[in-house]
Amino acid sequence: MSDPIPFRPYTTGTQPDYDTPEYGSTRKRHPMQRLQKLPHTITETTGPSFSPTRFPASVDLTVNTTGKAAIGERIIVAGTITDEDGRPVPNTMVEIWQANATGRYDHPGDQHDAPLDPNFHGAGRIFTDAEGRYRFLTIRPGAYPWPNHRNAWRPNHIHFSYFGPAFATRLVTQMYFPGDPLLAFDPIFNAMPDQEARDRLIAVFDLGVTEADYALGYRFDVVLRGRAATPMEA
Amino acid sequence: MPSATASQTIGPFWHLLDDPTWADLTRFGATGEKLILTGTVFDGDGKPCGDACVEIWQSDPAASDSFPGFGRCGTNARGEYRFVTLKPGPVPGRGNAQQAPHIAICVLARGLMRGLVTRAYFQGEALNESDPLLMAIDDPARRDTLIARPEATATWRMDIRLQGDRETVFLDV
Repeated sequence: MSDPIPFRPYTTGTQPDYDTPEYGSTRKRHPMQRLQKLPHTITETTGPSFSPTRFPASVDLTVNTTGKAAIGERIIVAGTITDEDGRPVPNTMVEIWQANATGRYDHPGDQHDAPLDPNFHGAGRIFTDAEGRYRFLTIRPGAYPWPNHRNAWRPNHIHFSYFGPAFATRLVTQMYFPGDPLLAFDPIFNAMPDQEARDRLIAVFDLGVTEADYALGYRFDVVLRGRAATPMEA
Repeated sequence: MPSATASQTIGPFWHLLDDPTWADLTRFGATGEKLILTGTVFDGDGKPCGDACVEIWQSDPAASDSFPGFGRCGTNARGEYRFVTLKPGPVPGRGNAQQAPHIAICVLARGLMRGLVTRAYFQGEALNESDPLLMAIDDPARRDTLIARPEATATWRMDIRLQGDRETVFLDV
């Protein structure tokens, strides 16, 4: 049986370190030992597939089960998911979750003194089309304080979870907004040494995604790991 | 071509996505030898991590309409996760190697900027002695952190220690 083609190693500097001292929660949660190298096997090169029939999509976060509109600035987020060779990643599930317009999560653990919106839960599930494109509607999330350091505030962000074709392509990240003054102070956003890797987490305002008389549009393109060009023996 | 997009922490509020039924990989009617994989996630102070997202993936039995092969379970306040799944069999390794039965695990949590990947093997499997990953770990105590222990009938315990004493072997995949 021929060996499965592995996925490419991550490019140096483009991923955050587990040990990110400025982000206090990493101190007791990052491994001290070196990671054990594991050449990819069938376990890493295969992965789950999710069908919208079993896992229904929910592309409009602005309308809750109450049927009433959520409070806040409506926005459209759209983009393309490709691999590192520029090939679209089709029919893959994307999960999204976020705070409401006031910067409060509809989550019992969120004790921030800002109002919940009974018409906004803040979670969705979308699928890319055959060309790797996705699009959903939501409310622009608010900034909120967090106890990392004195006067710490998270920049506006939307959480994203991607699967891609394999266990090795799993990605969980956050999308930020252009021009946010809080980005400069956020240890999570700044955890990658590579400036370009940070900047690519900032969505781009896009008049083409914007809908007249309805909502501003932002483009957030994401790249999942690609296959190594040739099978590697490690 | 741009490199892969950067990872960011899943944070403490990922449960907005959570569907607890995902912890049962047999919920769509899969048949076969069922097992429970359970354990506690600890931080570097030995305190349980009550806000972690534990995901598992297994390439055997092959995923199908009745068996997703993938599960997700949030840890409870005691840091415990618990999956119901099917017992994996051996799968091919690279070259002519066989891999011992195992389940891949990815831990995502507040304080983890990237997912931490590990594997659960099963104590007593003859193939453990020749599994390429287990053999690549020289220190028997380190290797042991990847071995789930039988706890009750068809119930296997795999505690995950993120840091420090008896730190779990995490994988660079």
